[in-house]
Amino acid sequence: MTADVTIRIQQADFDIAREIAALTRGRTDIGAVVSFSGICRGSEGSETIAALTLEHYPGMAEAEIARHAETAMSRWPLNGLTVIHRVGRIAPGENIVLVLTASQHRQAAFAAAEFLMDYLKANAPFWKREESAVGTAWVDARGHDDDAAARWTKS
Amino acid sequence: MKVKYFAWVRERVGKSEETIEPPPSVRTVDELIGWLAKRGETYAHAFETPRVIRAAIDHAHVKPDASIAGAREIAFFPPMTGG
Repeated sequence: MTADVTIRIQQADFDIAREIAALTRGRTDIGAVVSFSGICRGSEGSETIAALTLEHYPGMAEAEIARHAETAMSRWPLNGLTVIHRVGRIAPGENIVLVLTASQHRQAAFAAAEFLMDYLKANAPFWKREESAVGTAWVDARGHDDDAAARWTKS
Repeated sequence: MKVKYFAWVRERVGKSEETIEPPPSVRTVDELIGWLAKRGETYAHAFETPRVIRAAIDHAHVKPDASIAGAREIAFFPPMTGG
């Protein structure tokens, strides 16, 4: 089984349909593709968000995503996966992150996509800064993101 | 060794990277944080709560007790909020 892994960090938006087509093109062994996209919300609680700015650690971000991709490939029978994370200024309604997982059957694709997102949120070196009417502030990390990543750890 | 700072650690220190030469007595990540915190007001502010600071050596996450021996690049940053 060959597996295509695509990892990109970019300022530009991505086209989900095009990315799925690229992942499955010319293949007849894939029976399931799961797509997760993270989108910038226009509010956080009662606060209106004007935009997010995403900072990352070039080099480490790619390496950390690649490590998680390898772990996913070793845990589930995947035919391929794509992770695209945007950086820079992102307005409400715009895409932030895309995870695609392809497998012969849906269970592996669903599980691997959720695993990748949980690990990305807790371990990939990206930081969000929110712009609102009262100014800008770095987004606080949430303990439940660490908990979500930890539940995948084998005991 | 090269040190990099990200997000509010970078803003508080006032620079994104620099080259430092800590003394041989500084052997671990948390000892390096303690040493950096004494370099001035901006550093003291950036590293005032060491337990929330995350570190990476040569692009891999490390714990506070990790050795810095042989490190080419050490990065300090707050907990990650991507995805």
